[in-house]
Amino acid sequence: MIEAHDLSKRYGDKLAVDALTFTVRPGVVTGFLGPNGAGKSTTMRMILGLDAPTAGTVRVNGRRYVEHRDPLRQVGALLEAKAVHTGRSARNHLLAVAATHGLGRRRVDEVIDLVGLREVAGRRAGGFSLGMGQRLGIAGALLGDPAVVMLDEPVNGLDPDGIRWIRGLLRGLAAEGRTVFVSSHLMSEMAQTAEHLIVVGRGRLIADVSLAEFTRRASRGTVRVRSPQATALRDLLAGPDVTITGGEPGVLDVSGLRPEAIGDRAAAAGLTLHELTPTEASLEEAFMTMTRDAVEYVGATEGADR
Amino acid sequence: MTTAAPPTTTVPTDARITVPRVVRSEWIKFRSLRSSLIMLAATVVVFAALGLGFSTFLADATIEPGTPAPPGGPSSLDPLGASLGGVNLAQLLVGTLGVLLAAGEYGTGMIRSSLAAVPTRWPVLAGKVVVLAGVVLAVLVPTTLLTFLGGQAILGDQGISLSDDGVLRAVLGTAGYLAAVGVLGAALGSLLRTTAGALTSVVALLLVVPGVVSLLPESWSERISPYLPSNAGQAFMSVGGSGDLLSPGAGAAVLAAWLVVLFGAALVLLRRRDA
Repeated sequence: MIEAHDLSKRYGDKLAVDALTFTVRPGVVTGFLGPNGAGKSTTMRMILGLDAPTAGTVRVNGRRYVEHRDPLRQVGALLEAKAVHTGRSARNHLLAVAATHGLGRRRVDEVIDLVGLREVAGRRAGGFSLGMGQRLGIAGALLGDPAVVMLDEPVNGLDPDGIRWIRGLLRGLAAEGRTVFVSSHLMSEMAQTAEHLIVVGRGRLIADVSLAEFTRRASRGTVRVRSPQATALRDLLAGPDVTITGGEPGVLDVSGLRPEAIGDRAAAAGLTLHELTPTEASLEEAFMTMTRDAVEYVGATEGADR
Repeated sequence: MTTAAPPTTTVPTDARITVPRVVRSEWIKFRSLRSSLIMLAATVVVFAALGLGFSTFLADATIEPGTPAPPGGPSSLDPLGASLGGVNLAQLLVGTLGVLLAAGEYGTGMIRSSLAAVPTRWPVLAGKVVVLAGVVLAVLVPTTLLTFLGGQAILGDQGISLSDDGVLRAVLGTAGYLAAVGVLGAALGSLLRTTAGALTSVVALLLVVPGVVSLLPESWSERISPYLPSNAGQAFMSVGGSGDLLSPGAGAAVLAAWLVVLFGAALVLLRRRDA
C-alpha cells in the first residue's frame, strides 16, 4: 500500500510534482501513466525517500519509507536511471545490496535465476545491454521479497520475450497480494498489464480509475460506414445525438450510434452497406487527449520546455 | 527463457538493517571493485619502493642529515624520513582510493541503490569509512613497518632502531596518516559527488595549499601552515621535528579535527540532499 497525500516537488521554479494525492492498493497491478516529464520518476524517488518532498507526505505500508527498519522487505524498486556501479559484477552488486539486510548468496542466486541472468551474473554490469540491466534492476527489486514492488518503465529495452515475461511476473506478484506499481509512458503497455491506472500530466493527477472505467470513457468511438448510397444513408441516420462526418466519398464516420443500430436501419431502408466498422478511439488516443488537456491547462504559465 | 514463477521465499523475517550488516555490505562493495584493489596495491608498492629507494640513496650519498630534499621526496633526508619518504606520493594514491569509493557511487548511480536499501543513509557513509580505514590500516601497518626495517637494513650502521625514542610512533603514525587521507578523500568524494572535483580538492588540500601558504608573509604562514592536514601529519610522522611543526599529539589532534569536520559535513549533506 502506497499513500501519497498532497505530494509536491519543486526544482527551482519548476513544479515537477504538483499536489498528488493517490493510493496504490495491494492485489492489483496499478499503472502509473503519463508522458515523459510528467513527474512519475520524481514521485517514485519521493516514495523511496531519495528525494525529499517540497510539501505533502507519502507513506508505504503505513509509514514513511525511511522509518522502516527493513525497507527492502517493504518496497522493491527498479528506478529508471541505472543504479548499479558499472565496475561491479551483477552478483556482487546484488550481494552488496542484500548484505545490508543480512541476506546472503542463497537469496541472491534465487533472484538471479528468477530474472534469467545466471549465465552473466559474474560479468561486469557496465557491459550489460539495456535489457540485461533492466533484469538486474528487477532482481534487485525482488531481493527482499517485498510487499510493494515499484518499477519505473520496466519494459524499456526488453525484447518481446522479456516484455511478455515481465507482464506475467507483475500479474503473478499482484496475485500473491502484493502492491504492484508500474510506471510507463505507453498506454498500450499499461492496457495489457494494469487493472488500475493513475494518470498524471505536468505533475498533476489527471485520472485515478480502473482500466475498465478508463476504457469505457475512451470508447466514445465512431463507426465507419461505407456505402454506395452514402447520401441517402446520411439522411437516414441523422438525429440529435448523432454526428456524421464524411471524409472520402462513400464513407461516413458516425458517432452516437452503435454499429447494430446502423446496420438495422440500413437494412430496413434497403440500403447497401459495404463496410460497417466500429473504430473505437484507441486507449492510446484517449490517453493522449487526456494528457494534452492537462498540458493545455497548465500551458498558460509553462510551455517552453516541451 | 524464464517463467513467471513467484519469487521463492528464502527471506527470513529478521531481514532488516543493522549497522554491522551495512559495514559488511560496504566491505563487499570495496573488494568487488578492481579499482579499489588496484589503488590499494599501488599505494603499498609506491610507498615501499620509494622508501627503500630513498634509503639506498641516503646510504650511498654523503649528505648532512636533515638536509631538505627536493619536492616529492622525503621531507628530510635522515634515516627515518628517507625510509618513510614514500608517504608523499602514497597519500595521493590512497586519497584517490577514498574519492573513488565515495564519488564513484554518484557517477554510476549506485548511490540510489545504496540509499534505497539504507534510507537512514548515515550507515552507508560510516560503513564506507570504517571499511576504508580498516583495510588501509590492516595493509599499511605492516607495509610501513617492513619498509622502515628494510630501509634501516639498507642504511646499516647509519640506521636507527624501532625502539629509539618516537620512532615506532612515527612509523605507525605514517600508516595512520595514510588511513586519514583515505577517509579525507572519501569525505570529499561524498561532499562533491564527482570524482574529478574531489580528486582536485585532495591534491589542492595536500599539495597546493601548503605551497600557497608558504608564499604568504611569514607571520601569516607560520600561524596557518602547521594546521594544514599534511603538516599536522608530518608532526607525528617525524621525530624531534622542526620548530615549524606542532607537537606529535597536537598534530594528531589537528588532523583528527579535519576529519571530523569534513566527515561531519559529508554526513549532514548526505542526509539533506536529494540523491
